[in-house]
Amino acid sequence: MTESRFIRYLLLSVALLFLGLFLFVPLATVFTRALEKGGDVYWEAIRNPDTWSAIRLTVLASVIAVLLNLIFGVAAAWAIAKFDFIGKNILISLIDLPFAVSPVVSGLIYVLLFGLQGVWGPWLLEHNIKIIFAVPGIVLATTFVTFPFVARELIPLLQAQGTEEEEAAVVLGANGWQTFWKVTLPNMKWGLLYGLILTNARAMGEFGAVSVVSGHIRGETNTIPLHVEILYNEYNYAAAFAVASLLAALALVTLAIKSYVEWKSEL
Amino acid sequence: MKIQFKKHSVLPGFGITLGFTLLYLSLIVLIPLSGLFFKTSQISWNEFWHIATGERVLYSYKLTFGCSLIAATINMFFGLLVAWVLVRYPFPFKKIVDASIDLPFALPTAVAGIALTDLYSVNGWIGKLLDRAHIQAAFTPLGILIALTFIGLPFVVRVVQPVLQDLDKAEEEAALSLGAGRFSTFFRVILPEIWPAILTGFTLAFARALGEYGSVIFIAGNMPMKTEITTLLIVTKLEQYDYAGATAIAIVMLLVSFALLLTINVLQWWSRSRHTFTTAQELQ
Amino acid sequence: MKINPWASPLLIGAVALIFCSTLRAKEVQLLNVSYDPTREFYQDYNRAFTKYWKEKTGETVTVRQSHGGSGKQARSVIDGLEADVVTLALAYDIDAIAERGKLLGVKWQTQFPRNSAPYTSTIVFLVRKGNPKGVQDWDDLVKPGVSVITPNPKTSGGARWNYLAAWGFALKKYGNDAQKAKEFVRQLYKNVPVLDSGARGAMTTFAQRGIGDVFISWENEAYLASAELGKDKFEMVVPALSILAEPPVAVVEKVAQRHGTETVAKAYLEYLYSLEGQKIAAKHYYRPREKGAWASSPVSFAELKLFTVEEFGGWQKAHNTHFSDGGIFDQIYKP
Repeated sequence: MTESRFIRYLLLSVALLFLGLFLFVPLATVFTRALEKGGDVYWEAIRNPDTWSAIRLTVLASVIAVLLNLIFGVAAAWAIAKFDFIGKNILISLIDLPFAVSPVVSGLIYVLLFGLQGVWGPWLLEHNIKIIFAVPGIVLATTFVTFPFVARELIPLLQAQGTEEEEAAVVLGANGWQTFWKVTLPNMKWGLLYGLILTNARAMGEFGAVSVVSGHIRGETNTIPLHVEILYNEYNYAAAFAVASLLAALALVTLAIKSYVEWKSEL
Repeated sequence: MKIQFKKHSVLPGFGITLGFTLLYLSLIVLIPLSGLFFKTSQISWNEFWHIATGERVLYSYKLTFGCSLIAATINMFFGLLVAWVLVRYPFPFKKIVDASIDLPFALPTAVAGIALTDLYSVNGWIGKLLDRAHIQAAFTPLGILIALTFIGLPFVVRVVQPVLQDLDKAEEEAALSLGAGRFSTFFRVILPEIWPAILTGFTLAFARALGEYGSVIFIAGNMPMKTEITTLLIVTKLEQYDYAGATAIAIVMLLVSFALLLTINVLQWWSRSRHTFTTAQELQ
Repeated sequence: MKINPWASPLLIGAVALIFCSTLRAKEVQLLNVSYDPTREFYQDYNRAFTKYWKEKTGETVTVRQSHGGSGKQARSVIDGLEADVVTLALAYDIDAIAERGKLLGVKWQTQFPRNSAPYTSTIVFLVRKGNPKGVQDWDDLVKPGVSVITPNPKTSGGARWNYLAAWGFALKKYGNDAQKAKEFVRQLYKNVPVLDSGARGAMTTFAQRGIGDVFISWENEAYLASAELGKDKFEMVVPALSILAEPPVAVVEKVAQRHGTETVAKAYLEYLYSLEGQKIAAKHYYRPREKGAWASSPVSFAELKLFTVEEFGGWQKAHNTHFSDGGIFDQIYKP
């Protein structure tokens, strides 16, 4: 019940060739450059305390951004995919908008609001509240750039599934939460998973926006990508790529989560 | 007929989810973005027009939108293919390949840019081969295209994948057993189902490419009137402490992008409602 | 200023997020906002200063560091990055902090001796081993067939020194004829195949991609880079005439006042002028002002004729003429 062997191999080879050229070979380059100076330089770069503080900050910012956007994404997908209302297309396009904003500009908008020359800057200074050039600014910028992922992942999926199952559940007397937990959530688990994975990957790798609001204080407000840039700018190329290669380990996390969900759903 | 804001539905939770969506959207996106307009309002309309339509700026729009469009199209085709292969065919190391799809997001864009330039410049691994065919990739618009394709790669794959996984095989098998060929089954049964997802992926990849900076500047060469992208011009303005000028260009990009996103979303909605309409007709 | 009605819900969220920034120890802290490749230099220097300050006053001082592109760092300080001191690549950026941010007096450059630049560098050439194109001086860079790598002066503050060095040479050569100087610089940039956005990107283009015959660079960065990329692959060529690059330092008065760190911030920068400070600068390839410290450098600095940015009437004027939108640099790219 599937395509002929020839077509299958053809499609498979084209897909793998594309991935090879655009994904795996560039990745291999990163690792080659990271190990150029030998394993010692690699470990030295990773064991550095500044690297560790960058890792901690990156994980913190990503976790918060993922959680916030998860709640938003599910709510937005429910409203948009399950109901018909006027202005829906405008709403969807507004949700897409953070993508079309250049990362440099996404950082800039928070500077324009919270910066010393900005709208609320003087007030914040008076009350000694720090948003930009501190952790909250980094979290905000990260949330902004990863804003649409979960919502946009879920909307087409829920639209494709329609509303019949939920309607049936409601007609049979289930309340809203029960319908959501028992019917919708199991149906959208793959979309949710990919949404989370994308959000997390982008949150960890974001450079442009975070770089504008971070202030680059070593050991305090540097995320992994910022730390990589600073190493690179010091002509510390091998160390820069070594730290960058850490982010490739994210694939392992993805692998683990996906296998877990697969295993759970088979139970 | 009375025009209603919302069609009636038995499902609960519309008010709260939509309300929350709008609140969060305003807090995280709309209010901060309004800062751009606030800043630009410091310059006169004439100045704004002068900045936004300078010769180099106009050229950079063309380059940025052109390359983003092509890159998103490439990602649309290959993304669909990759999603298809990942969902339907078994092959060795499949899980690892699947898990690596998101790495273009996770890698800091500058690292991606440097790695790609390593490969595609004349003395790089792939660049050497291309050079033999007299194609120069790095430091040309082609290089920009490569970078934009790389950073947009995960979108189509990841949006199409769950819909494909979820696809009702029964419909497809019914079509096949009724004598439809593989080809027409794909175009008649499968494609309409996954089309909204494909378009979504395309939109996202396109939008992301428009604003990309970090990876492109390494591979582009940044020559004025040749390979200068719009974001680079924004950065140039910022380096001169010209915030108003920078936000002026940013606003043009923002408005045009919004118009494009809206068009694509309306198209998608239109094709969806047509699709549901025809299936409804066929059923009768 | 009125409080915006939108502020309250946003702030509640923001306050909830603040937890890391409240962790501050009691000892004296300084934030030094610096430009890119100075990390190792200031790491050494901060250690020396902490020791000196402890011995002198018994106070423990911790210096936090921030590094990034000079212009971007200045923007961050203007927008509220709480730097007690700044140590940037060009005076134009500190001028911006004074003018736009009003965080220090416009006469900041008289705060410290020697234009507030305790260490200097100059602009030199890096060529491939054996100098196959025989590049000796600025004249050779405009020859047809010589390919030159230098970053975009509009995005890289450091690269503005490169451009001005070439311009200054041309002015001297053509007896102050600005038109001829412009033609010279146009010819030079015609030989530039790739305009990277920053010095490191340009260095990668030159060293790793094998593009270009000459790389125009700050002297200290040329030494840093050859240490990283292998000393045997490149040679340094010092032109007979070049510009004296003066990376300036300043106390950000308003911030230091608020933090109560004026005294220690001032002492921190003053110590750069001491023999000890000068020796550390020399060790990291900067040319110290104090000739007595030159011997501490692992390299021997070549003697050459140097002119300063005053030839151009200072940074403000140089910037407006050359690097503003529609300025001379933009004009030389007009067909």
